[in-house]
Amino acid sequence: MTLLRTVLLRLITTLITLLGVAVIVFVVIRVVPGNPIAMMLPPGATEADILRLETQYGFDKSIPQQFVIWLGGVMQGDFGMSISTRQPVSTLVLSRLPATLELSIVALLIAVIAGGTMALLGTRFRDTKTEGLVDVTAGMALSIPDFLWGLVLILLFGVLWPIFHISGRISPSLDIDFTTNFYLFEAILRLRFDVIADLIGHMFMPAVALAIPLAAIIAQLLKQSLKETMNLDYVTLARTKGYGEGKVITSEALPNAILPTLTLVGVQFTFLIGGTVIIERLFSYEGLGNMAIDAVINRDLPLIQGIVILFALLFTLINLAVDMLYVVLNPRLRHA
Amino acid sequence: MSYLQIKNLDVRLKGGGPILRRVSLDVTAGQVHGLVGESGAGKSMIGKAVLGTLPRALEITGGAIMLDGTDIGTLPPAERRKRIGATAALIPQDPLTALNPSKRIGPQITRRLVDILGWRRADAQARALELLDEVHIPDPTRVMRSYPHELSGGMRQRILIASAFAAEPKLIIADEPTTALDVTVQKQILRLIAEMQKRHGTALLFVTHDLGVVSKVCDSLSVLYAGKVVEDARMQRFFMSPIHAYSRALLAATPTYTDPKGSLMPVPDTVIDAVELEIAQHDVRAQA
Repeated sequence: MTLLRTVLLRLITTLITLLGVAVIVFVVIRVVPGNPIAMMLPPGATEADILRLETQYGFDKSIPQQFVIWLGGVMQGDFGMSISTRQPVSTLVLSRLPATLELSIVALLIAVIAGGTMALLGTRFRDTKTEGLVDVTAGMALSIPDFLWGLVLILLFGVLWPIFHISGRISPSLDIDFTTNFYLFEAILRLRFDVIADLIGHMFMPAVALAIPLAAIIAQLLKQSLKETMNLDYVTLARTKGYGEGKVITSEALPNAILPTLTLVGVQFTFLIGGTVIIERLFSYEGLGNMAIDAVINRDLPLIQGIVILFALLFTLINLAVDMLYVVLNPRLRHA
Repeated sequence: MSYLQIKNLDVRLKGGGPILRRVSLDVTAGQVHGLVGESGAGKSMIGKAVLGTLPRALEITGGAIMLDGTDIGTLPPAERRKRIGATAALIPQDPLTALNPSKRIGPQITRRLVDILGWRRADAQARALELLDEVHIPDPTRVMRSYPHELSGGMRQRILIASAFAAEPKLIIADEPTTALDVTVQKQILRLIAEMQKRHGTALLFVTHDLGVVSKVCDSLSVLYAGKVVEDARMQRFFMSPIHAYSRALLAATPTYTDPKGSLMPVPDTVIDAVELEIAQHDVRAQA
C-alpha cells in the first residue's frame, strides 16, 4: 500500500517536472535567435511565402498560445510534425530511442563491471601498490571528458589498430530484417551471433567512451565505501569464522557497501545519457543524441521539444527505478 | 587439556612500540578464564591475535598461540583461518553492529557450518534452530527469517551466542559481551553465557574490565597492565589476596553496595612508567 502511494506520488511529481521542462524548452528555443522557417525556404523566398509557412506551423501566434496548442496535442499523443523532415515527431523520436537506450545500457554495464572490479581489487589489496594503481587510473579516467576518450579510442582502435567500426550503428551489408529498433536485444533473442558481433563492433568505442568516467566514479566511491565497511564488527566476525579476505569482501561487505554507490550511479547514468548527444555525433551513431544535434542545427522546434521531453522522462524514470532498487536491496527500508 | 595456550606472545605496532609483551596464558577445557585490565591494556588484542583479526597496523613478533594443541602460527594462512573458524569462536562486544544488516539471521548462524565445516544445509538449519531454542529465543523459526534490525539488542546478543556455540568450538572468546547492553539485560546474558559454557564444556576466555562480572563467571583470571600479564591467579586467591600492586588498586576501585561512595578509589598512576613496570615484573617472578 505504502509502496503504491510512493509510486503514485512519484508519478505526479514526474508529471510536474515534465511540464516544467516543457515550459522552459518551449520558451527558450523560441526566444533565442534563428528562424525555423528561414531554414526551410530557399534563399530569395518572398515575404508572403514566409508568412504562409509561419501560419501553417502556428508560429504567427503568441508563445503562450503556441504552448497551449502544443500541449493540447501532446495530451492526445501528438507531439507535432518535424519541420525539417515533415514526419511526426513521435515517430521519429521513438525510432531513434532504442539505439540510444541500447548504447546507454551497454555503456552502463561496462562501467559497472569495470568500476566494480577496480573497487574490489582496490579493496582486496588495500594499502598496497594495487590500490594506488586503482586510484591513479580512476583519477585519470575521471579528469578527461567522455568525448576526448572517444577521440583517444578512435585513434587507438580506429586508426592505429583498426579492429572496431568507427561510425554508424550496423553494417548495411548484413542480411537481417529487424522487427523492432532494438537491434542488439533482437539479435540476442534471435541468436544471430554474426549480427551481435557487428553491432558490438560498432557500439564498442562509443560505449566505452561513455563508460570510462562513470567507471572511475564507481571505482572510487565503491572502494571508499567498501573500505569503511571492512572495519565493521560483522565483517570481523565473519573473518573469525574462517572466511578468506576475498569472500569477506564480496559476501559480507559488498551487499552493504553497494547502497550509497547505487544512488550515485542512478544520477550519473542520467549524465551518461546526456553524454550520448556528443558521443553519438562523434561516432555517427544513429540515436536520439545525434538527432538532437540535427534538430538544433535545423531549428526544428517541435523535434527539439520532443527529444528534450523524452530525455527528461527517461531521467525521472531512471531515478524512480534506482529508488525502487534501493528498497529491494536494503531490508531496513522494506517494511518502512 | 589446554584448549588455548599462549606462550610469550609479543605484538607490536609495525615499526613502533610494543602492544603486548611476552603474554602467556592458559585456558583449559570447561574452564572460564577472565582477562581483566583497563582500557588500552591490550585485553582485546589478545583475543584478536588468537582469532587472526589483529588490525593491519599490528604484527605478532614473537611467541606462540596453541589452539587445541596446534601452533596456529605455523599453519599456512588459508589453513590457519579454517582451523580458527573450526575450533574457536567469538562472542562480540556490540550485538547491534556484529550482525550483517543485509542478511537474514538464519544464514548468519549456519554459514560457518556449511561453508567452512562442510555440513549439509538442512543439518545446519536444524542445528541453528536447536541452538536458538537453547538460548531461550521464542519462535526460532520466525527469528531465523528475520533481519537484524527487527530484533532487540538482547535478542541479537543471544543469537550471537548461539552462533558462537554452533560449531561446538573448543574455545570461545567473549570480548566484553555485556558492555553494550543495558544493565537488566547484562545479567541475563551473563547467566546465559555461563550456562552454555557449562553445558558444552567449552573453554571460555572472558575479556572484560569489570571485576564484578569476573567474580561471577570466571574460574581463574589474568590481570593485564600495559600489555603485560601482571598477575595470573585462581579466582579465590585473587580476591582474597591479590599479589600485584596494580591488582590491589584495581580491586580497591570496585564499588561495593555497602559503601558505594567511599569505596570508589581511582587506580593511581595510569601513565606507564617503564622503570616501575620492570620492578612489577620482578615482583611477579618473585611471587611465582
